[in-house]
Amino acid sequence: MDLKEKLTASFLAFENDVDTDTFIHNIRNEAIKIFEEKGFPTKKEEAWKYTSLNSVLKDDYSVFPKQENTIEYNDVKKYFIHDIDTYKVVFIDGKYSSHLSQTTHDGIDVCLMSSALTKPKYRIIVENYFNKAATKDSLTSLNTAFSCEGVYIHIPKNKLVQKPIQILYFSTGNEAATMLQPRNLIVVDENSHVQIIERHQSLTSNAVLTNSVTEIFTNKRAIVDYYKIQNDNQNATLIDNTFIKQRQESVASVHTFAFGGKLVRNNLNFYQTGERIESNLKGITIIGDKQHVDHNTLVHHIEPNCESHQDYKGIFGENSTGVFNGKIVVEKEAQKTNAFQANNNILISDKATINTKPQLEIFADDVKCSHGCTIGQLDESAMFYMRSRGIPEKEAKALLMYAFSNNVLSSVKIPEIKLRITKIIAHKLGVNIGFDL
Amino acid sequence: MLKIENLHASVEDKAILRGINLEVKAGEVHAIMGPNGSGKSTLASVIAGKEEYEVTEGSIFLENEDIDELAAEERAHKGIFLSFQYPVEIPGVSVTNFMKTAINETRKSKGLEDMPAKDMLKLIREKSELLEIDRKFLSRSLNEGFSGGEKKRNEIFQMAMLEPKLAILDETDSGLDIDALRIVANGVNKLKSKDNAVIVITHYQRLLDYIVPDFVHVLYNGRIVKSGGKELAHELEEKGYDWIKEEVNA
Repeated sequence: MDLKEKLTASFLAFENDVDTDTFIHNIRNEAIKIFEEKGFPTKKEEAWKYTSLNSVLKDDYSVFPKQENTIEYNDVKKYFIHDIDTYKVVFIDGKYSSHLSQTTHDGIDVCLMSSALTKPKYRIIVENYFNKAATKDSLTSLNTAFSCEGVYIHIPKNKLVQKPIQILYFSTGNEAATMLQPRNLIVVDENSHVQIIERHQSLTSNAVLTNSVTEIFTNKRAIVDYYKIQNDNQNATLIDNTFIKQRQESVASVHTFAFGGKLVRNNLNFYQTGERIESNLKGITIIGDKQHVDHNTLVHHIEPNCESHQDYKGIFGENSTGVFNGKIVVEKEAQKTNAFQANNNILISDKATINTKPQLEIFADDVKCSHGCTIGQLDESAMFYMRSRGIPEKEAKALLMYAFSNNVLSSVKIPEIKLRITKIIAHKLGVNIGFDL
Repeated sequence: MLKIENLHASVEDKAILRGINLEVKAGEVHAIMGPNGSGKSTLASVIAGKEEYEVTEGSIFLENEDIDELAAEERAHKGIFLSFQYPVEIPGVSVTNFMKTAINETRKSKGLEDMPAKDMLKLIREKSELLEIDRKFLSRSLNEGFSGGEKKRNEIFQMAMLEPKLAILDETDSGLDIDALRIVANGVNKLKSKDNAVIVITHYQRLLDYIVPDFVHVLYNGRIVKSGGKELAHELEEKGYDWIKEEVNA
């Protein structure tokens, strides 16, 4: 039985197990039908032209974790941003881990999707927002069909959330191969501000396939600052589907630090439904080995006077492959749009590949849109300059690559994250030098 | 200090250096002059270890050690410094961080610990004052948006920080106004001692009024065709290079 059959066959049992009376029931049923119809995407689809899921789908995934597993904080501390106080919502093999988490209901809700979907007090928010930004593509629909657990965050209006919120999904390799489908809903009301850090981490070499969906709603003048840290092991695959629906004057920023896994696909979608909205999409990708990272972005400018800024830097070594597919749509009504997109890449191996494709669909006539992509090698004259000062080849390379990606790092607002990313970069590049620029 | 024997070097199979012989002793200043395309910058790059140049014959010795097989960074660790004619812009790396990395990597090669931050700051302050460099300048990206004069001053600042045994100044005077020239020359002179040596590569006499050479060599067609004292530089300034070319071609 292939994975698609296995998933559709287990859907009924799954639904019986959770609940069948809420309005979610219909959404799930509709979603599984879409998935049944469409199946997993293949390279025949334009959006998946450069990314094949074949090598990922052949594993015999367990789609529901059979037994619970616990892990000690000290064993996984390094995956947390632990030098600052944060809220934490932590899952182990898809199940909530209360002893690793620190949730809250004190003025804001930082808790579980399973509660939000079942408890009456969350009903209004869930009915207003759940599945309202997510699209009906096959992988998102698959997640919707099985959505039952994840993070639920609701920040009521006029709240400056002082502590960042960390979302961590661990997998312990309980099964030979595990499929996880976390579902997150984040609603930030008027004038509120929140910072969120998300990470998916496999703790063993057993195969993991995560098909994650996150819906984020930023209401009027809300600010959301979101960081995705992706640095998983060689047998972990992540398909991240993030949908951000912005209302007027809100600012949403997503930084994606893609240091690999087996295969990573980031579907990052912004919808600007209001005026004077700002959307920021920043990314640093540094991979090697046979890793594959695909950034598929969409910024949909629907109303006038909005901005979007995309800046993705990629460094590809060994046999790795990268994809950047950045789509900007500017609707006819969206006059005075300012949309900027840049994708710069360095190939440090003859066998590495990058496919980069800007896609602009502009229907308004008074807009500023710019895009540019570059693919290059390391600057040889800069290398000689640094080496002639006594900086060895490897360190010189690292310094140049760090400098190349520094632009993106400079917009990170949490110093501890910047420091952590800097350390990961140094580690990736195999050097031990301070990058305190 | 430096001994070059019958050095031949080529780039992409094109011979540029065709048998250079040169000896530079500790405490000496040598000037290498010559018309455009004579191989001056190539000689500087070959001594510093640029990989694009292939040494096809001959050897370079630093303190009696054959350095032909050493990488550029290893030569730097042994005390060779090249002040670039065109310093490279490196966006995202500050002057300070670049120097810190360079100094600590050099120390590492000698089995020493990183320089304590306090000492590093003191050293940076001292040397930047010597070159009359503004502190703000040090936190800027290396050479990015620097004026020609700032780039050259920054090269000599790096030289002051690294205290090389052998400094090669490749056209350090080009693009400098008279004030910057004086500051740069003053910096070089203060760093000069009986234990180190300087090779000044230049087109013009004017830098040599400030950094006075013990020997002047004329490079033409990849060979040193004439050597003399500092008066040779004056003669070249007056008469140009044509008489040398005629002498060689005769």
